[in-house]
Amino acid sequence: MASAKEVKEVLFGPIFANNPIALQILGICSALAVTSKMENTVVMCIALTLVTAFSNLFISIIRNHIPSSVRIIVQMTIIASLVIVVDQVLRAYAYSIAKELSVFVGLIITNCIVMGRAEAYAMKSPPMLSFLDGIGNGLGYSVVLLTVGFVRELFGSGSLFGYQIMSLASEGGWYQPIGLLVLPPSAFFIIGGFIWVLRTFRTEQVEPKE
Amino acid sequence: MANKNESLGKTLFVVIALCLVCAIIVAGSAVGLKPLQEKNAALDMQRNVLDAAGLLTPETDVIAVFEDRVDTRLINLDTLEAVEAVDGKNAIEYDPIASAKKAGLGTKLEKSEDVAGIGALENVAKVYFINGADGALETVVVYVRGYGLWGTMYGLMAVAPDMNTIKGINFYEHSETPGLGGEIQNPNWTASWQGKEIYDNGSVALDVTKNVTDKAHDIDALSGATLTSNGVENTMQFWFSDKAYGPLFDKIRKGELN
Repeated sequence: MASAKEVKEVLFGPIFANNPIALQILGICSALAVTSKMENTVVMCIALTLVTAFSNLFISIIRNHIPSSVRIIVQMTIIASLVIVVDQVLRAYAYSIAKELSVFVGLIITNCIVMGRAEAYAMKSPPMLSFLDGIGNGLGYSVVLLTVGFVRELFGSGSLFGYQIMSLASEGGWYQPIGLLVLPPSAFFIIGGFIWVLRTFRTEQVEPKE
Repeated sequence: MANKNESLGKTLFVVIALCLVCAIIVAGSAVGLKPLQEKNAALDMQRNVLDAAGLLTPETDVIAVFEDRVDTRLINLDTLEAVEAVDGKNAIEYDPIASAKKAGLGTKLEKSEDVAGIGALENVAKVYFINGADGALETVVVYVRGYGLWGTMYGLMAVAPDMNTIKGINFYEHSETPGLGGEIQNPNWTASWQGKEIYDNGSVALDVTKNVTDKAHDIDALSGATLTSNGVENTMQFWFSDKAYGPLFDKIRKGELN
């Protein structure tokens, strides 16, 4: 059984020390697309964390039996099945959110984080650690997405989770929303800022000059 | 160990076994959750209808209101006769938008008459008759759709029993630019439709324009969304014309369908 220290590193390492978005720059596409509202962002984070964790778990369980010639296909099949199940569950229990997220839930299949962890970690690690690694990377993804979603919804629409925090000028209030933040490209700036702040505190992440 | 994994037999076995297991899981979840999903989709559409009619508040019990006050009916747009079912589907199950593109259920539109850019028109319309608390007809809600800037905008229009005065509009599905064309969902803008009149001397006079001159028929266009506004106007021009709902509205106005 893995030591407590190892578990801690696997679970919490990806949050700041080895963040999948900020350090490895994976999974950017959904970080741009689903972060205009906190509610959608939270659901997307939960969905991605679950898919990463369980795909890691299942792949790790059968890792000694996967022929290397078809391993990517095997991984994809497992991930795709999990994503379909998540999408079906969302449509049954959170219909209005599923309607807005549907395309992006489907795109979890091609999210580099899920594939990356399956190939890089789950293929050579025992099931429990792989599961925790999936949760950890999901959390790392979630930290960035929630930060982006928080900034975009608060300053782009003046609200959080749909509750109006700052009254909008268009409805007689005082706050003039920043229109750019409603559009996906704004997430680039916020992720860029996030990476900047992170690397200011963790200078070992700064890449050497070429 | 590694060599054994690479053999053709083992590869085929792993792939087939995995596919079987995954197929069972996916099929199981899809079939098992389908009733719940269909219920959600139907409830969502009912909510859209009440929203268009201005009856939706956070406290509204959508199902109860629908049962008590809403009469969903199918009416053939050619014969103007009410029909019980289309293609084996009753009034609740019938989907006019999907039917428009099916052979026998919809009619292809010529380029010249297809002002709204929808391609085909359904033969049978789905109309919601909403009664007031006293049982008299209060609002009629119909489906409209038309091409905006990026794609088709799907909406519901609520009209008073005079079949001329607009009571509300709700574009429940569209792909217009957020913040610009997407403002067709803005409650402030949709509120500006209330009380406008569709017809003037029998022809469609509704106008989405930058210069509001005729207060009874003109709606202020969305700023920064000229093409979306044009699309909305074309949608109205098409659906209320004689090619689509015009004759049906005449008949309802005369009280012949109540």
